[in-house]
Parts: sequence; C-alpha cells; structure tokens
Amino acid sequence: MLLFLSRRLASLFITLALASIVIFFLLEVVPGDPARLMLGINATQDAVNALREQMGLNEPVWQRYLSWVGGLATGDFGRSYTYSVPVSELIAERSVVSLPLALLALTLSTLIALPAGIYAASRRGQAADTGVMAATQIGIAIPNFWFALLLVYVFAVSFRLVPSGGFPGWDTGVWPALKALILPSIALALPQAAILARVTRSALIEALGEDYVRTARAKGLSRRATLRRHALRNAMIPVVTIIGLQFAFLLAGTIIIENVFYLPGLGRLAFQAITQRDLAVVRNVVVLLVAAVILINFVVDLAYAWIDPRLRRRGR
Amino acid sequence: MNAFSRIAAASALVLVLASPALARDTVTLGVALEPPHLDPTAGAAAAIDEIVYANVFEGLTRIGSKGEVLPALAESWEISEDGKTYTFKLRSGVKFHDGSDFDAEDAKFSLDRARADDSTNAQKGLFKAIESVEVVDPATLKVMLSSPAGNFLFNMGWGDAVMVAPESADANKENPVGTGPFKFGSWSKGSFVEITRNDDYWGESVALASATFRFIPDAAAAISSLQSGDVDAFPNFPAPEALDAFRSDDRFAVVVGSTEGETILSINNTRPPFDNILVRQAIAHALDRQAIIDGAMFGLGTPIGTHFAPHHPAYVAETINTYPHDFDKAKELLAEAGFADGIDATLQLPPPTYARRGGEIIASQLREIGINLEIIPVEWAQWLEGPFKGDFDLTIVSHTEPLDIGIYANPDYYFHYDSKPFQDVMEKLNVTTDEQARYDLMGEAQRIIAADAVNGFLFELAKAGVWNAKLEGLWENAPVQANDLTGVSWNE
Repeated sequence: MLLFLSRRLASLFITLALASIVIFFLLEVVPGDPARLMLGINATQDAVNALREQMGLNEPVWQRYLSWVGGLATGDFGRSYTYSVPVSELIAERSVVSLPLALLALTLSTLIALPAGIYAASRRGQAADTGVMAATQIGIAIPNFWFALLLVYVFAVSFRLVPSGGFPGWDTGVWPALKALILPSIALALPQAAILARVTRSALIEALGEDYVRTARAKGLSRRATLRRHALRNAMIPVVTIIGLQFAFLLAGTIIIENVFYLPGLGRLAFQAITQRDLAVVRNVVVLLVAAVILINFVVDLAYAWIDPRLRRRGR
Repeated sequence: MNAFSRIAAASALVLVLASPALARDTVTLGVALEPPHLDPTAGAAAAIDEIVYANVFEGLTRIGSKGEVLPALAESWEISEDGKTYTFKLRSGVKFHDGSDFDAEDAKFSLDRARADDSTNAQKGLFKAIESVEVVDPATLKVMLSSPAGNFLFNMGWGDAVMVAPESADANKENPVGTGPFKFGSWSKGSFVEITRNDDYWGESVALASATFRFIPDAAAAISSLQSGDVDAFPNFPAPEALDAFRSDDRFAVVVGSTEGETILSINNTRPPFDNILVRQAIAHALDRQAIIDGAMFGLGTPIGTHFAPHHPAYVAETINTYPHDFDKAKELLAEAGFADGIDATLQLPPPTYARRGGEIIASQLREIGINLEIIPVEWAQWLEGPFKGDFDLTIVSHTEPLDIGIYANPDYYFHYDSKPFQDVMEKLNVTTDEQARYDLMGEAQRIIAADAVNGFLFELAKAGVWNAKLEGLWENAPVQANDLTGVSWNE
C-alpha cells in the first residue's frame, strides 16, 4: 500500500513539473504585449516601456520561469499584471465561489443520478426504465447555459425567489450566499446527473448479469439484498471514475455558467486574464487546475483500492 | 376586543408605520467590464473612468454632460496673452478622502507625476506641452507650456489628469483616494465596486448615499438583472436587440445618446494600392453607412462624414456628402486608377461587434466594386501588435477619445496619413484660444480629411442606456468615458 501511494505521489509531481514547463513556454509564444494592452493605443512608447520594467517583463525567459516555479514551492504565486495584487489572493477569492459551487453541483448530481440509475437498472426493460432513459436523453441534449437562462427567467425574474446572478459574499450570511448558488448548481448538476445516471445504470446491468448474482439469487437472497450487497459495489468503479471526471470539469469548465450568472469564479478569472493577457494569473490558474485534476485522479485511484480489495494487493 | 378587531387594529398599525416610505438613496449600476484597477492616471481602460471619474477623483477642470469644460478643483484661471502661461486659482477647503488637505503642491505633484519620464500614464501626450509647473502659493498654480495648446483646459478635464495626493498615489490602484463627492467603499474582485457619499465634500452634497457597480459581461444576464430588479441602471446596455422589449415596459426608461467613438474603416495610407487617392475615394463611394448601422448596430449610431463627433457644435455636416454612396462612381474611379480587374486585400477585425459584424457588411459592399477582402478576426492583443503598428491593409476600429482629430497630424500614427496642409491647420489650432476661431479651424481640418478620404468614416457609436424610470440624472451622452453620478437621484 505504501509503495502504491509513494509511486502515485512521485508521478503526480513529475506530471506537475512537466505541465508547468509546457504552460509557461506556451504562454510566452502567445502574441501580445500585456503592457501595451493595458495602456491602450494612445500611450507613448516610453510609458509602455516603463510599465514593462515595472512588471518585470524584460528579464530573460529562463530566469522568469525559475523564479515562478521557486515561488510556487513556497506558496508565492507572483503578482497579477493587471490587478497588481498577489495572484494567490485572487485565486483564493474566486475559489470560495467555485469550490462550493462545484461541490454543491456534484452532490446534487450524485443524489439525483445514483437512485435514478439504480431504479432504472433494477426495472430493466419496463416502463420505468424507458422513462428514466428518456429523461437522461433530454438532460444530455440540453445545453446547460440555455437551461440556466430558463431557470433565471422562471425563478429570478418571474417569481423573484432568488437573485438573477452575482455573489454577495460569504460574510453577508451563509443563506444569501447559498441562494445565489442554487440556480447555477442546478444548471450544472442536471446534465451531469443525466450522464451519471446512464453510466450507473449500464454498470449495474452488467454487474447484475454476472454469475455470482445468479448464485446469490439461487441461494435464496432477495432481489434487493443481492443488488445492495453484491452488484452495487462491483458497479461502483466506473461510477466513481465518472464522478471524478465530473468534479474536475466542474472546477474548470464552468466559465459559461459563471458568465450567465456573473459569478466571480475561477473560470471567469481565467477568461478575463486571457483576454487581458495577464499571463501571471493565467499560468497560475492553469497549473492549479492541472494539480487539482491530478489530485482528483489520485483520490479516485485510492477509492478504487478501497472499493475493490483485489486492487490493493497489486500495488499499482 | 374580539379577534377580528385585534387583527384590524394590528393591520392599521402596520400600515401607519409602513407608509412614510423613505426615498431610496442607493443605486446599483451594471457595467460590462471590470476595471483592471481604480487609478485613472495609470491605465487606458474606459472601465476605470466609468467608475471613478467625477465620482471619486476630480481634476483641475471637469467635462460636463454636453462636453463643455467646467471648473472643478480650479475655480478660475487666467491665460496669458501668448497662450503659454495658465494661472489656476484653486479652491480652498478641499480635502482628500484620507483627510489631508488639497493645495497647489498636490496639483504640482499630480501633473509632474503624469509627465515624468517613467510615468505609466496612458495619455502622456496630454501633458507633452507642459514645460514646467510652479506653485505660486497654496491656492495658486502656474503652468508654463512650451507652445500654446488651445485644448489644454479640455485635456486637463480628462480622467488621466485628475488630482492625486503624494501620500496615497501609489496605492490608488487598489484604494483610490481622491477629492470627489464619493469615496471608495469596497471592491469585491470579479463582483462589484461600491462607493459611498463623502460627507466632507467641498461642494454640494450628492443625493445618493452609496452606489454599487456590478460587473455583468453577458448580455442575457444584463437583461435578466434589470428585469429582476437586481440592477437599477445599465448606462451602457450591451444587448441592443432587447431594447424594444424595455421600451414597451413602463418600469424602464430607454435613453439613446451619442459618444465620442468615431468608428472608422482604417486604411493603410502608405500601402499600395491604398496610397492612391482614387482607390480611397472609390472605397468611400462604395460604403453605405446606414446599411452598416442597421445591420451591425441594430440601427443605433449616427453616420459621420469625417473624424468628428456629430453632436459637437463644430461638426461639419456637409462632409457626409463628400463621397455619397454610388457603386457606379466607385467602379469608375477604380478603373481610372488602373484596378478595373479588382483588388485583393485583408480586413483585420478586432473583437467588438461594430468591427466583426460591420466588417462583414463592408466586405460585401466593397466586393460589389471588385475589392475582395479576406476577413481576419483578431484579438485586441494581436491588433495592437499588427494593425496598430502599421502592419495591415484595412481594419475597423472605434476611436473613443474626445476631440482626437489631431491624430491625423501625426504621420507615424498607424494609418500613416501625411498631409502638410492638415498639419498646418492643426498647428494653427493649437495656438488659437478663441472659441469661434477654433471651431472654424476644426471645420477646415474636417473638410481636408474628408476630401482626402483618409479612412472610411462610418458612424459615431451610440450609447443606449436602460434604467429604472424613477431614476433621474444619468447622462444621455458620453462626451467623456464616465458615469457621473453627482446629479443622480430617485424620483418617487
């Protein structure tokens, strides 16, 4: 087990190091001078040069890469070009929106999908199964931003139950902040739930077709007990994989929903930084998201080992 | 008392207590872009001025809603005979938001900081004419120019020329400290900026106790935020297709005004075949401005014939007819220039809709006369590296600085127009301070560039404002990039 863990951690660090190199040098090739972009077309060349000096853009590339990576190790992510505040501050401010949103959406998605998938699998071929399949089909087909606009129109504009967007901050109270996150998390959760329900259903159907299930039933175990004690655990591996992938997506891919609800999240931060050529923020956010995805995969691997004892011994 | 009368009494009490409803004194405005920081003297982003100009920061002069120059921190001034010395009499009793006093030393500091060699002021050109700044006494400032500059007072009203204090200037990006009727409250990055009333303001106290600027980039979100009441006003509404819905709703007022944004089809005057005036004249004849406005801007915008704002008193309206829309005349001119077989060129388009959508319409109009354009969409960063450095055939951009016709006097400016007669007019304009004489010279300048067909002069950007019908005092036009809230109040 220890060998398994340490090998995993080592590969995590190597992947992260390689990713940082690719990210940094890819951004160097991108055209556009951040200083000129910030000062606009009327600025004189010496004003632009003065700003470049201030932002440290004239130092050699290798030096800037090493000072960045060195800073990462100590938790100093550098300063944003446009905002002139530490990038760690910006990321922290946006994470308190993105992280709860991702967790909320994931919880909702799992709470809807797992029961639905199990229900459909246990009533395979019957009307209930067809109903769930049709619902998931619609859920996958609907674009989440369109669904979000619909939710806004119904719940925020017509019924005035929740705000149409924006985030008031956690310090004004937990409930107002949660209210602002309800609609976005529903909009994010529903399409994800549709996919997860399908995966759960097919994994469970496959597990239910195995020989040991037939043996259990032959021994006299009830349908429900067989499902719960034998089939479910074996079906969990693909489900856990998908949940891990979904969490990674929810952290990084919510830019459209954040735009629709004008939430100050990580996706919007990255998008704004890219258009403003704030490379300091872009590279840090990207590296952070890469680290998050790698970490999630690591946790999913641990979960595999926990679910399936056979995997523990092989020490992969 | 029985239950019924108790309930009746309670309801009556509630009604009585609720009836004297206090007039609202806070407003929430929606803006499309978040500023990178809050120091107008250190960046070009219009988003900065849209929050702080006239609200948090003030300069020696101020631009009013009609584009006129008004006294601000300088209550009066004297200009010497030769136009090179300006003596400003500064207001007394003015305090910065951190409590320190404002005097001529601070004014000198602000101007010197802006024109310093290592200054990162985005409009350093405004201060170029200043040779030296002298403090005569705490209430009097003398500014010596190296040569007369007729629009000096207007230039000092720009957001880039506001007064800052030496103690707080470096921190203005995050914590702006000015002398205005509002002081900085808080900035929740990515979300909103709040400003609150300055009770120690030197002038008349404003009606609003506080104002919040929310950043809402998405057009659909803008619509729903207004309709749900989360936002009271959108001074620059980003979804013109939804204006009709708001017009028919009594809760809202839709006010369409104009800006200082001249949208032009920039032509590289030094790159063949566009260095040939006949080709440029042909392009001018081929353009149908109204079609572009209707197709790209939902009908919002005013056609222009030259690089000047049509709402300005000095605008020469006849320039719109210098080269009227006429495909046949255009084809004739092209043939005369030797390009009867047509021209192939590129059209680089930055992100805004006036460029992307307008560009497609222009490309089809020019195709009618044989000019085939390859459309290349670019981002702002690429545009600044390419077209803005002179590497382009044609591009579309909107120049939003007020009274910027002077850019045509600089042969190094990206479209490289070099005309001695025009430069002479500009030089004369610089040394003229009499308003009528200035207007005449501006008219002459407009006629020259219209006749030379330097660029395709398309239209002036409109500003569509949608706000709660009970809100008063928001500006109709945008003669300067700002959301001046000093005159805004609720009328209920």
